[in-house]
Amino acid sequence: MSSDYEFSDDDNEYYDGMDMDDDEDVEEQDDDSGISEEEMDIELARGGLTSAGKRKACEVDFDTVTQDAVEALIRRDVEHISSIFGVSEDVASLLLRHMEWNKERLIEKYMDTPTEISVKAGVTVTPPRPPSPPPSGRLASIRSKSSALVAKRTTRRSAAESASRSKVVTEPLVQPETTICQICFDDEQSEMNALSCGHKFCVDCWAAFIRGKIREEGEINIRCMASECSLIAPDSFIRTVLSGDDDTIKRHQELIVRHYVSCNKNLKFCPYPGCTYTVSCPSAASKSALTTIVPTVHCGASENHIFCFGCSIDADHRPVICPVAKLWLKKCQDDSETANWIKSNTKECSKCQSTIEKNGGCNHMTCKKCKYEFCWVCMGPWSEHGTSWYNCNRYDESSGVEARDAQARSRASLERYLHYYNRWANHEQSAKLSVDLYAKTEKKMEEMQITSNLTWIEVQFAKKAVDEVFKCRMTLKWTYAMAYYLEKGNQKELFEDNQRDLERAVEDLSELLESPIEAENIPKLRQQITDKTVYVHKRNEIMLEDTAQGFLEGRWKWNVDVEGF
Amino acid sequence: MSSISVRRLQKELREINKDCPQGIKLVKADDFETWYLTLEVLGESLYKGETFMLKFRFDAQYPISSPSVTFVADDKHQPPLHSHVYSNGHICANILGDGWSPVLSVSAVCISLQSMLASSRKKERPEGNDRYVQYAPDDPKKSRFVYEGMHLILDFQELYFADLTPYTVHFLDDRIWEVS
Ligand SMILES: [Zn+2]
Ligand SMILES: [Zn+2]
Ligand SMILES: [Zn+2]
Ligand SMILES: [Zn+2]
Ligand SMILES: [Zn+2]
Ligand SMILES: [Zn+2]
Repeated sequence: MSSDYEFSDDDNEYYDGMDMDDDEDVEEQDDDSGISEEEMDIELARGGLTSAGKRKACEVDFDTVTQDAVEALIRRDVEHISSIFGVSEDVASLLLRHMEWNKERLIEKYMDTPTEISVKAGVTVTPPRPPSPPPSGRLASIRSKSSALVAKRTTRRSAAESASRSKVVTEPLVQPETTICQICFDDEQSEMNALSCGHKFCVDCWAAFIRGKIREEGEINIRCMASECSLIAPDSFIRTVLSGDDDTIKRHQELIVRHYVSCNKNLKFCPYPGCTYTVSCPSAASKSALTTIVPTVHCGASENHIFCFGCSIDADHRPVICPVAKLWLKKCQDDSETANWIKSNTKECSKCQSTIEKNGGCNHMTCKKCKYEFCWVCMGPWSEHGTSWYNCNRYDESSGVEARDAQARSRASLERYLHYYNRWANHEQSAKLSVDLYAKTEKKMEEMQITSNLTWIEVQFAKKAVDEVFKCRMTLKWTYAMAYYLEKGNQKELFEDNQRDLERAVEDLSELLESPIEAENIPKLRQQITDKTVYVHKRNEIMLEDTAQGFLEGRWKWNVDVEGF
Repeated sequence: MSSISVRRLQKELREINKDCPQGIKLVKADDFETWYLTLEVLGESLYKGETFMLKFRFDAQYPISSPSVTFVADDKHQPPLHSHVYSNGHICANILGDGWSPVLSVSAVCISLQSMLASSRKKERPEGNDRYVQYAPDDPKKSRFVYEGMHLILDFQELYFADLTPYTVHFLDDRIWEVS
């Protein structure tokens, strides 16, 4: 234990509840001196500021951008290009989309080779070409759309060419002079429409085709229906053809916004289903930035729309940085180690050997058969955990040093991995079981309203406690991924001290939440849970803040190469 | 089925019956949902003397949406040994996916597959055939290509990226816990 470390409470002090002079510590207070629920709310809601009022190191600056605002950015670019090139906004939009909204590069290229770029962007057809018969529509087409298999494409080109030679053998489906739509052959269809290539089809076929591309395939660039034509339908054409179908037009607009956002490194679209908000976070736009910050952001639609700006590994994988989280996940996904994960989810009672599964969020297990009480993590008797809890979070690395031959070394490395893995998976599993805990807690809250005279508002503390437990388990989970890659030494020990303090507090709170309700102990339980919730919240902040601070100071050293991401 | 796809297929049927492309034979077209055709490669080719069976499935959106086309693979029929044809009969061809155009037709697809075979230089299965066949959906249109190392990771990601909702885990072996 490091007593000089400002955030660490000494073990004994913790358990004796003596450390009352430290205002960060709210442990084990008597009912009457406990904090009120309003105070709890203030603590939990302190947002992006530390108690000292400065910006937290574990939070990044970001802005939320509405879809309207992104559309305004798009309009600005389109109008700009339209005015300097002297083209319609339809054309400007197609050109920009083709160049992935990189205005500067578009201007450069367009000045150089305007025709080439216009053809590639699907704005115009390949110019001088002797008037060829209208599209035969019989040929296997080679689309310029990037295909993974180049070889395949060349094969098909020759296939198409030979197909064109055998064309004469069969009747043409398309008769040049006809006014009947060559797709539906419905002679009652009179209204025909075409892009500038002149490939005419009836409006119903156009609408069905465009609607399918947008809704089913999420395409923003919709090519002409003729099989060898690479012209792309401009937005005004889409709006005309789909007139009345505002839903699909809106969806197309949304897809364009998403495309624009995905082409801009400073922007990310909110990944929550149905959400249309964008987050801007320039400080996390470079890969190198991701080695020192964890850009956990949320969109403007909801505080719950939390996601990582740097990766899609987990919504909030603080405190560990994206590249290390990714490294860890990759390791876990390795087949050979998957089996070990399975092992860690069922265990045998160390007394009677019957198989047990973890089915609650708390680590305090009781064997159904023999009533033996033990710790799920270390399998040691629960009775000893009052004082020896920290044996549970820190793997004794010295045991690895003893290993001499290669076999023993590999076994030691597997055991070392499993140590972190089991704890990582355990918090994951416990967090998932919070669903059950929510349900149970809700029941308890009802019970409390009946047996005591607490109001609905007054029992909300229990729900807040469950929220906090869930949040902290997510933190704890990722601290194990981080600790696995941290180089041995003082810094790692300090990290694990914080980790242990948080873990112990979370387990205590989980235990309290699962304790039985009796009418006479409700006020006491309520106070205990409220106090513990605030304490857990603080421990979590300390864990996150100190780790983030450590990244900025370059305090964390890895036992693997982390630069190469 | 929409009247467009029926009208369109009726027209195609009339034309195939009147004047079928060489080497192609309509075997069965009892409805407007599933057709069977046989295909031979004309002239000199690696597939000289072989006959293959093609199965076309049409949905109500045909021809706006592409038909689902496979070579039949059963006791009597073998798909051609070709680098774009999987042993389950699925065909990796642009015109059946991205390159589909509603002006294409059943016979256009047949002609183009004929040419694909005619130009083949080597009889071989596509790379990763076994894995693809193992995981492929029944309808090749639903195929998302199977990438390296996808197998187990899928379960794993579902497990770890799942939302906070009740979930079921069937992991490798049913000794393992199940929450639902
Ligand atoms: Zn039509
Ligand atoms: Zn066209
Ligand atoms: Zn959102
Ligand atoms: Zn990340
Ligand atoms: Zn037992
Ligand atoms: Zn333990």
